[in-house]
Amino acid sequence: MWLLFYKVWLRNARVWRKHLQASLIGNLGQPFLFLLALGFGLGRQIPQIEGVTYLQFIGPGLVASAVMYSGSFETMYGSYTRLTTQRTYEAILMTPVSVEELALGEIVWAATKGIISGLIMLAALPLFGLIPSPWILALIPVLFLEGILFASLGLIMTALASDYEFFNYFTSLFITPLFLFSGIFFSISAMDPVVQKISLALPLTHAVNLSRMLCYGRIGPDWFIHALVIAVLSVFCAWVAIVLIRRRLIL
Amino acid sequence: MAVKDLDLCIYPEECLGLLGPNGAGKTTTIYMLLGLVRYTSGKITVFGESIPERLRQVKLRIGVVSQGDNLDPDLTVYENLLVYASYFGIERSVAGKRADDLLDFFALKNRSNEIIQHLSGGQRRRLLLSRALINNPELLILDEPTIGLDPQARHLIWERLQDLISQGTTMLLTSHYMEEVSRLANRVLILDEGEIVAQGDPKKMVADLIGSEVFEVVDSPKNLTALKEALRSCKVNVEKIADRFFIYVREPCTELDTMAITLRHVSKRPANLEDLFLKLTGRTLREN
Repeated sequence: MWLLFYKVWLRNARVWRKHLQASLIGNLGQPFLFLLALGFGLGRQIPQIEGVTYLQFIGPGLVASAVMYSGSFETMYGSYTRLTTQRTYEAILMTPVSVEELALGEIVWAATKGIISGLIMLAALPLFGLIPSPWILALIPVLFLEGILFASLGLIMTALASDYEFFNYFTSLFITPLFLFSGIFFSISAMDPVVQKISLALPLTHAVNLSRMLCYGRIGPDWFIHALVIAVLSVFCAWVAIVLIRRRLIL
Repeated sequence: MAVKDLDLCIYPEECLGLLGPNGAGKTTTIYMLLGLVRYTSGKITVFGESIPERLRQVKLRIGVVSQGDNLDPDLTVYENLLVYASYFGIERSVAGKRADDLLDFFALKNRSNEIIQHLSGGQRRRLLLSRALINNPELLILDEPTIGLDPQARHLIWERLQDLISQGTTMLLTSHYMEEVSRLANRVLILDEGEIVAQGDPKKMVADLIGSEVFEVVDSPKNLTALKEALRSCKVNVEKIADRFFIYVREPCTELDTMAITLRHVSKRPANLEDLFLKLTGRTLREN
């Protein structure tokens, strides 16, 4: 009963191909600028961190953050536009596609956009002197699950939103803090134990840690916990998003 | 509660007109058929299948033109049809052929690769109709299909809908344009505040409930009162709205014909569905 989600995915992919350039620059611009400013700028004044240069240190985390931004922004601004002004959802619901398939299609599409951004960032890392290990292949499913997680969170916001301004709360109070405090820019293991615990409660931390392990090929013992947290959270959030979208669309 | 005790049946190959003032429950009724509004009691079956349990099977056989424009603005005219066909699981080659035929039928062939924003209101409506027909539906649901269009655009759509009716397409039509319903529907159902107030063959209903002709008379109150007195022996209904009399003639009345010559402003026209609609649902504005 869930198969037609693929048609929604295809619809979005078709539209995306038309606006490829704007979409990629929009989603990748920020992580790239951070990589440049912090890696090249700040990095010159910072000694090695966890045995790598600062640029190499922040690279894997920025891959994870690119997935977060792409995935969640697609299901906020993109999906909200399709839900409200464009009335695309209304048109789709007149067809055999169910509301669950519609929501799942939106989530999987946004996760796909997330993974595309992540992979482009990953492909750019050698330019900054970070040659990833072969373990990097295992990062792809991790980034996809991370994409599902943040796409679902974005879609939850869309299901609750009454206007575009509503997304400012989520971006300022959730996405930006995650970006800054999930261990992308500083080593969490060097922090106070309390701060470490708080940091582990942030979903992006797990993606950042896994990304770093797999990029460097240094697999720590806690890889499984990180993967499990991302997997469980992504499934749970996708389920909540689908329920809330159904509640918004079926009166 | 938007709709209550609604007993609605659409027979194959008929065009059922659903009429009612704003907020009467027309769109809610359609949304219930499509599983977009849950109903609290009763039963809905379409093609003998229960809603919402068999919604997907039912939707495969329905085409919908919803109120207002929900074309996909990210896609071209042709892509709108192809992508919509994909939601029905229609194969690409079949969909392409069908899209070509529909664009031809609705005089949109030369706009195939146009983006939606460049289409006129009439073209958009025709594309919405084409899209609703992409799955060769057995039931076509039209929620105010010509709202906001100029007469030329409206007439073109009516012609196409009449073609479809003569080909045997079953339709459920809601509209505020009585002329539209009179032309297309062979049965109408008038809804008010969620309940059916009348249903039947529109011509027969007008004849039975209103009469054959309507005189609209504007004159001084004195003359109007005199007129009313003079018509006592006639089988007519008189309604006074402001300084105007509406005289609904149920049986020919010679007094009226004679008097009409002496009155200052009088017009005579056949009774129509709008007279019936206003009689049944009243003249009060339905806002909120």
